[in-house]
Amino acid sequence: MTMPTKLVVDCSTGVTTEVELTAEEIAQREADAAAFATAEAERVARAEALATLKASAKAKLVAGEPLTAEEADTLVI
Amino acid sequence: MALTYEAIATVTVAGATAATIEFTSIPNTYTDLLLLCSFRNDRNATEDAVKMSLNGSTSNFSTRSLSGSGSAAASDTNLVTAFGGMSVSATATASTFSNNMVYIPNYTSSNAKSYSVEAMCETNGSTAYMYVIAGLWNPSPQAAITSISFAPNLGTNFVQYSTATLYGIKNTV
Repeated sequence: MTMPTKLVVDCSTGVTTEVELTAEEIAQREADAAAFATAEAERVARAEALATLKASAKAKLVAGEPLTAEEADTLVI
Repeated sequence: MALTYEAIATVTVAGATAATIEFTSIPNTYTDLLLLCSFRNDRNATEDAVKMSLNGSTSNFSTRSLSGSGSAAASDTNLVTAFGGMSVSATATASTFSNNMVYIPNYTSSNAKSYSVEAMCETNGSTAYMYVIAGLWNPSPQAAITSISFAPNLGTNFVQYSTATLYGIKNTV
């Protein structure tokens, strides 16, 4: 299996070298990606929940029905 | 470019791919640093975020970002670990690249380092993500920035012709 590489430029010499990532660097990349996936799933879930609440609030307003506190929170700043 | 700007180094992904682009041994003789970067990577999507490591670390970052996609706008806190820009990805229009400008003032100070990013994924398509990012790197202990690297957030490699240039900026000529 080919190891991923990085391009490293030494600013004191201007010399660029290509070196393989260390196991530690690969592990960090994987951990960062996993953390992002978790955070992104939470962000999407929050956005979808907000959209659902807004739709429900709008439908109840049109129908003249009372809103829940959570639905009202989506309309009142 | 103003006389106070000096190109320190440029790195370009030449014939193959690179998982990371890194500047090391950054001299401490400037006031601020500026990076101009053009990225495309191999993620199976139209775009990807870019992580920025300072002194080898992606920890102790916090960011606020404003974004637009061409059809929607958003604001986020800590959207991506060590959020340092955007990259066009594999399914976007061929031969398009992102533009990123990263500004890091007072990079040698012994305080937390603030930075700002303007990132644009112009893809000649209906969706084009753009971000403005305000970031803070607050490690313990504090240290001057001596190395900076960029890596795709979800993709594996930057592809050929991706490039980054590091400029040093002095407050006097």
